[in-house]
Amino acid sequence: MSKITSLADLKKKREELKSGLDIRVKAIDPENVVQVKVAMATCGIASGAKAIMEFFMEQLDRRNVAAVVTQTGCMGYCYAEPTVEVKLPGQDPVVFGFVDLKRADQIIEKYVKTGELVDGIIPVNYQTIDLKE
Amino acid sequence: MKELSLNILDIVQNSIRAKADEISVGINESADDDLYQIIISDNGIGIPGQILKNVTDPFVTTRTRRKMGLGLSLLKYHAELTGGGLAINSEEGKGTEVNATLSDKHIDRQPLGDIVGVLLILIASNEGINFIYHHKTEKGEYRFSSKETKEYLGVDKFDDRYLLEEIGCMIGENLKEIEASGLDLKERYKKIL
Repeated sequence: MSKITSLADLKKKREELKSGLDIRVKAIDPENVVQVKVAMATCGIASGAKAIMEFFMEQLDRRNVAAVVTQTGCMGYCYAEPTVEVKLPGQDPVVFGFVDLKRADQIIEKYVKTGELVDGIIPVNYQTIDLKE
Repeated sequence: MKELSLNILDIVQNSIRAKADEISVGINESADDDLYQIIISDNGIGIPGQILKNVTDPFVTTRTRRKMGLGLSLLKYHAELTGGGLAINSEEGKGTEVNATLSDKHIDRQPLGDIVGVLLILIASNEGINFIYHHKTEKGEYRFSSKETKEYLGVDKFDDRYLLEEIGCMIGENLKEIEASGLDLKERYKKIL
């Protein structure tokens, strides 16, 4: 395939893809899809959140999971970065800490696909020192 | 942080929190002038005067969840390590400009790294913001605008992985063309080519 170097090339490539079967129709209502939020503050970025975000963006799509992956700011769990909040449709969000690629894979395969919890969950009653004051 | 692109990703989060709808990242590199300049500007709410005075102090932040803000401090540190510095201009209600000047040839000047990946994350997860990326080298310059790209392609958002990968290829090819230094283009091309 020729290189994509301009918007015109990009558009041409899009049109080629449209004529094939590659473009999927995404679910639009975020309430009915899995929502993944990756904490992307200094603490998260320094701990590798970018690679985790790229992993979720790519792998959820590859594994045919209807999901919206977004970034969020610091959730206050700096000690446990990278942290990822996952909300399954109709359920309360769960925050996973110390997420590396292996744990990210487990989150998709176990929690997202089957609802089985995996290690690294940050308790919902966790509070930062600041909030206790 | 081991790459300047991660610093950029971090500083841009400040602009996102400042409710900017247009964020511009500019890189100007010149081996001849021994200059590597990063300018991040936004049209957000700006920084109040009292905070602006101490904004690179790691213990100054507007956050309430924690009492530290390390993003600007780290970029300042990386700039000063090369003999450069960091300047911040901000006006409440108008926006903020962060200008980091580094020595291009200094051994401690970090590589730019995966700037393409950083841009893709930003444009994919902040659909209401127009991200403008401008990179100038002695070989030429390249400009990318997420809003113009959306308009040209007739799409509302970048939620398609294939489209994102193609955009990544386009930006990467153009940065290679102008010989941007310290790029990490990873395996990006192999995915779709």
